[in-house]
Amino acid sequence: MNKASDKPKIGTPKKEKTEPQSLLNGPPQVINLGLASFADELTKQGIVVVHVDWSPPARGDLELANLLSKLSE
Amino acid sequence: MMTTSEKVRSTIREANTEAIRRMLEAEPVLIDVVPASEAIPELQEGMILHAGPPVDWGNMCGPMRGAVTGIAVFEGWATDLTEAERLAESGAFHLKPNHDFGAVGPMTGVTTLSQPVLVVENRARGNYAFCTINEGLGKVMRFGGNDASVLKRLGWLRDTLGPALGSALSVGKGVELKPLVARGLTMGDEMHQRNLGCSSMLLRTLAPNLARTVDDRAELAEILSFIGSNDQFFLNLAMVLGKAIMDPVSGIKGSSVVTAMSRNGTDFGIRVSGLGDEWFTAPVEMPEGLYFPGFSADDANPDMGDSTIVETIGLGGFAMAAAPAVAGFVGVGEPSTAADFTRTMGEITLTQNPEWTIPALDYQGVPTGIDIRLVVETGITPTINTGIAHCKPGIGQVGAGVVRAPLACFEKALKALATQLGVR
Repeated sequence: MNKASDKPKIGTPKKEKTEPQSLLNGPPQVINLGLASFADELTKQGIVVVHVDWSPPARGDLELANLLSKLSE
Repeated sequence: MMTTSEKVRSTIREANTEAIRRMLEAEPVLIDVVPASEAIPELQEGMILHAGPPVDWGNMCGPMRGAVTGIAVFEGWATDLTEAERLAESGAFHLKPNHDFGAVGPMTGVTTLSQPVLVVENRARGNYAFCTINEGLGKVMRFGGNDASVLKRLGWLRDTLGPALGSALSVGKGVELKPLVARGLTMGDEMHQRNLGCSSMLLRTLAPNLARTVDDRAELAEILSFIGSNDQFFLNLAMVLGKAIMDPVSGIKGSSVVTAMSRNGTDFGIRVSGLGDEWFTAPVEMPEGLYFPGFSADDANPDMGDSTIVETIGLGGFAMAAAPAVAGFVGVGEPSTAADFTRTMGEITLTQNPEWTIPALDYQGVPTGIDIRLVVETGITPTINTGIAHCKPGIGQVGAGVVRAPLACFEKALKALATQLGVR
């Protein structure tokens, strides 16, 4: 038997030795994308939030976003 | 075979590479101070250059009107402000943007034939740029001031300081400005709302030749005192060196780099390299900032001036990290937040300037080459540090703050560039 055959195939789920953690066992850990007000509200409740300042290209304007797709790298 | 989009992107990439090359290779040198009529032969009697994109008398804001009427009296085209206003309403004055004549001017920016102008040569490209001399703070024409004290100071600039600076500069090879800016960035200047370091270094540079060329000791003392007591004396030089750097960047087909940003108190306008001299405008915004005692936001005029050429070359609001004290002065937050402004401007620029570095950012260069594509994509607009004029003519400066360039200018320019390149 060659060694390569012992390797898990690509796409094969890796067996976990530990039990999956329940999301409800501890305080939530939050990454917030986009609207800062969502992060602000959670922060007010004492929840740790990592906020990512993101918005759709050209603020969602379809014509401009289409032009950007032709003009930008 | 490249697709149409790939060809377009390649065109823009090559054009922007050339635009950045021209920006970074520039060598602006202060070489002379001469009457504006000598520097700009097109200037004639009754012709008034102003800040920003084109604007007629009917659409001019209060301070701009104050400066137009004041300069008309100064030039002897009207006996008093009332007559000057009547003449302006009748269309007797030819009103044109500074930018169309290789010039820039702070705030109202009025430039007329007898005013002395700083002459900067870009020795890398052989072009010249011009700007009037800074009048100091308080009641001055650039903020719309136009009373007897303002006109008297303009007369002194014309008859005494301008000729003296011209004579001093004729001795020697001129003053190289890029090294001054580089040192200013290490001394807490961002070259728009703080010019203390550069103004001091310029005085130190000019003083020996002023002493050699000005015979009258009292006059020499007055000149040295005037420059030495004006922390913003270098602002006009930062502007004119910016104009000298950016003019050769104009007209590179396909380039999406901004070559000028300017405002006339009514509209904000930008120019883009690939789109030549066309202005893309939107209503100018109100600055947010701090006011001198006795004034408030109710007194403020919408933003004004050609001084945004400073941000166009990566200084001013783009170099806020170099000048944490400015963050407090313009009321945008704690000095420790200054670096955030510079980092954010990095999101909408193509490169950094390796010659203009900021110690507080581990000597990263200032964000350079505003790309309209990045502005439209991110929605992040240029941050501008600015002075605030009173909305009524004749009063002057009432505060300092920060204003954003309107996004609509960049959106209009992007559509025009897409049309020019055949993808719209």
